[in-house]
Amino acid sequence: MDCPRSGWIFIGRLEESARKAADWLVNKTPLRSVRDWSIAFSLWPVHFTTSCCGAEFAAAANPRFDAERFGFLPFLSPRQCNLLMIEGTLTKKMAKAARIVYEQMPDPKFVIAMGACAIDGGIFYNSYNIVRPHEIFPVDVFIPGCPPRPEAVARAIVLLQRKIREARYLKREKKYESAGEVGTDE
Amino acid sequence: MTSQGSRSSETDMGYGPGTIKEPGFRYRPMGRDAEGMELYEIFIGPQHPASGHMRIVVRLDGDIIVNADPDIGYVHRTMEKLSETREYLKSIPLFERATIIDSANITWPYVRAVEQMLGVEAPLRAKYLRTLLAEINRISSHLYGFGLTGIFINHSTMYMWSFGDREIWVQLAEELTGARLTHTYIIPGGVRRDLPQGFKEKALKAIRYMERRLEDYMKIFVYNPVTVARFREVGVLTKNDASRLGIVGPNLRASGVHYDARIAEKYGAYPELDFEIPVMEEGDSLARLLVRIEEIKQSMRIIKQVLDKMPQGPFFADKYMRLIPPALRKHVAETGRIKLPGAFIRLKPPAGEAVARGEMGHGEVFYHIVSTGDTKPYRVRIITPAFRNVVLFRHLTRGARFMDLPVIYGSIDYFPPEGDR
Amino acid sequence: MPQNPPGAVRMGLLEDLKEKLGDIAAEIREEKPNYYSVRVEASSLVEAARRLVEMGFDHVASVEGVDWIKEKEMEVSWHAESYEPDLKSIIIKLYTRVPRDDPRVPTLIDVWPSAEFPERETWEMLGVVFEGHPDLRHLLLPSDYEGIPPLRKDYRIKVEGFIVDLTRQQKQ
Repeated sequence: MDCPRSGWIFIGRLEESARKAADWLVNKTPLRSVRDWSIAFSLWPVHFTTSCCGAEFAAAANPRFDAERFGFLPFLSPRQCNLLMIEGTLTKKMAKAARIVYEQMPDPKFVIAMGACAIDGGIFYNSYNIVRPHEIFPVDVFIPGCPPRPEAVARAIVLLQRKIREARYLKREKKYESAGEVGTDE
Repeated sequence: MTSQGSRSSETDMGYGPGTIKEPGFRYRPMGRDAEGMELYEIFIGPQHPASGHMRIVVRLDGDIIVNADPDIGYVHRTMEKLSETREYLKSIPLFERATIIDSANITWPYVRAVEQMLGVEAPLRAKYLRTLLAEINRISSHLYGFGLTGIFINHSTMYMWSFGDREIWVQLAEELTGARLTHTYIIPGGVRRDLPQGFKEKALKAIRYMERRLEDYMKIFVYNPVTVARFREVGVLTKNDASRLGIVGPNLRASGVHYDARIAEKYGAYPELDFEIPVMEEGDSLARLLVRIEEIKQSMRIIKQVLDKMPQGPFFADKYMRLIPPALRKHVAETGRIKLPGAFIRLKPPAGEAVARGEMGHGEVFYHIVSTGDTKPYRVRIITPAFRNVVLFRHLTRGARFMDLPVIYGSIDYFPPEGDR
Repeated sequence: MPQNPPGAVRMGLLEDLKEKLGDIAAEIREEKPNYYSVRVEASSLVEAARRLVEMGFDHVASVEGVDWIKEKEMEVSWHAESYEPDLKSIIIKLYTRVPRDDPRVPTLIDVWPSAEFPERETWEMLGVVFEGHPDLRHLLLPSDYEGIPPLRKDYRIKVEGFIVDLTRQQKQ
């Protein structure tokens, strides 16, 4: 049968159909659970410290708390990371950078907002220079505390892993697709 | 933070300047200098592999830094404005978020300035307890700096070791105050809690452990040939420049200036204690590391003396103790924990102004408070050590190689939330 | 390692200051022990600063402004300190008052290079123009910030109340 590679036949666009078929296959139980299991245990937070909770985030990676045993190791480049930790207050100047970092990360990507400031401003709730992280990108897990203890960071990682393995993160992606263009600082 | 090869290969490989659009790393041509060489401008940060929060715009001629411009303000949380809307006591937790790793030292001068205006003096035991926590904080702040310096030059062992050992001091502070980092321990009139039972033994054990570990640090990090090669004679700050630019803290003392706000202001229990201010003459990055190591030793010496000399008596000023109802006062005496009545929040210093300085792990912090006799300050000016040291990014990097930048950044122990306030 | 030098404080500094700065200063006072204030007119700031440097106060700890909105004046002050052994516990506040509508003072970074960043911050936060400062760009605020400088008293921010009005929050 003569079938041009990107032509239109009655099954529609072939590439599209192939992608749909692959998606369908990956979302079936055996493959999907393997995929989610492997995502859950390879969380790479990008090395992006926004505020003072970074001290406790760094402590969570130290030998006493050892977040690495959850498959969690801070890494340098956003292109190779899938987790963005917002450590505390997000100022207006930093929010632009945070959004750029977020957009550079490959899908699926997750956000953990750490500290009371990342929920609703915390002690700086009436400051003129802060923004709430959930206005900028979807946040998967919030950690309360000022600053949260390193154990709380570990707890958040476990919560996020559970969320990933139950595939609950997939439903949220569509919602933020048209979240508006935040300048990519060309 | 690697340099991207020579200029000719970039055009050969099909990507010219300006095509890379990552926020962490970006460069663009700047035109030519006198000899026809192209200058490049590189943006580093705010997403970069260390304490983050700041951008440095570096102008490069080949591998030599022509000019570096620190672009700070990524963690500017407007503390000076917020403190004008809050009562004096509520500003203490606010200011300690500036340097969360050194929170006792940053709030102590503020409390001293408020005490000056109120005319209150803390009892002697409270002064000793404040000194104790301040020195514990100083050690953990220096260890934090070491860890980040390690990360800067990809020495992960140093990060793991110093952050692991920092936990010991954080735990000691937690034992004393109840919080890992944000202690709010020093309040006008004294401290919030008495010394817990068995604290001395734990502290002495920690000191013995740390003394042993410092020797390991020297072997694996400070006198490591790689570290010495990268740190020695890099970023040299002369004595005259250090004084004229108003540099503070270990960076100043590594350049041969004998100055420490603990000696200059004579606050707390320091006039009664026997300790030295480490000073080195070289002024390079290695000297700055060694001064910090030496300061950790001196801090441990102070802690030992404080625990030996700890006087008996009240740990909270009598003037405010009388505010507490008698039944509750008995509870305070039994548990050694202050429970303050609500009236305490409405401290009302008379109109006037006060200044206070204190020595933090990173350097000298300066407060200027203007009061109009209200329950809220009219104006609080904080100058943190990191903000005074930020000029070093411009001063020390000029003429250095690009790969010296992480070393200089690490050695001046810049902590951005503190600089931006 | 050298031992701590004896912490002797210079005595009679108030007389020294009056002798040195008496002809240009409007007021010289000892506010607190070891804390002196020198008030000069804006035109003689540079000369006063130069004389303070000659005395040994070779850097500033802080540059700041206080917005006295009722008097319609802006107080701009430089806190000078020194690393000399006999002057190290002393802080001298050199200040001036200028009209709030158009606060203009000469920059002192030629005399005190350490004033560069704090002066830039004071320009940004209070709108004080330091004439001759080469680099008055935004430092802490975003570079596209426009509006009243935030540390001025007419810049209002939300203030926490003692009672949280839950009903109002639910309506929002």
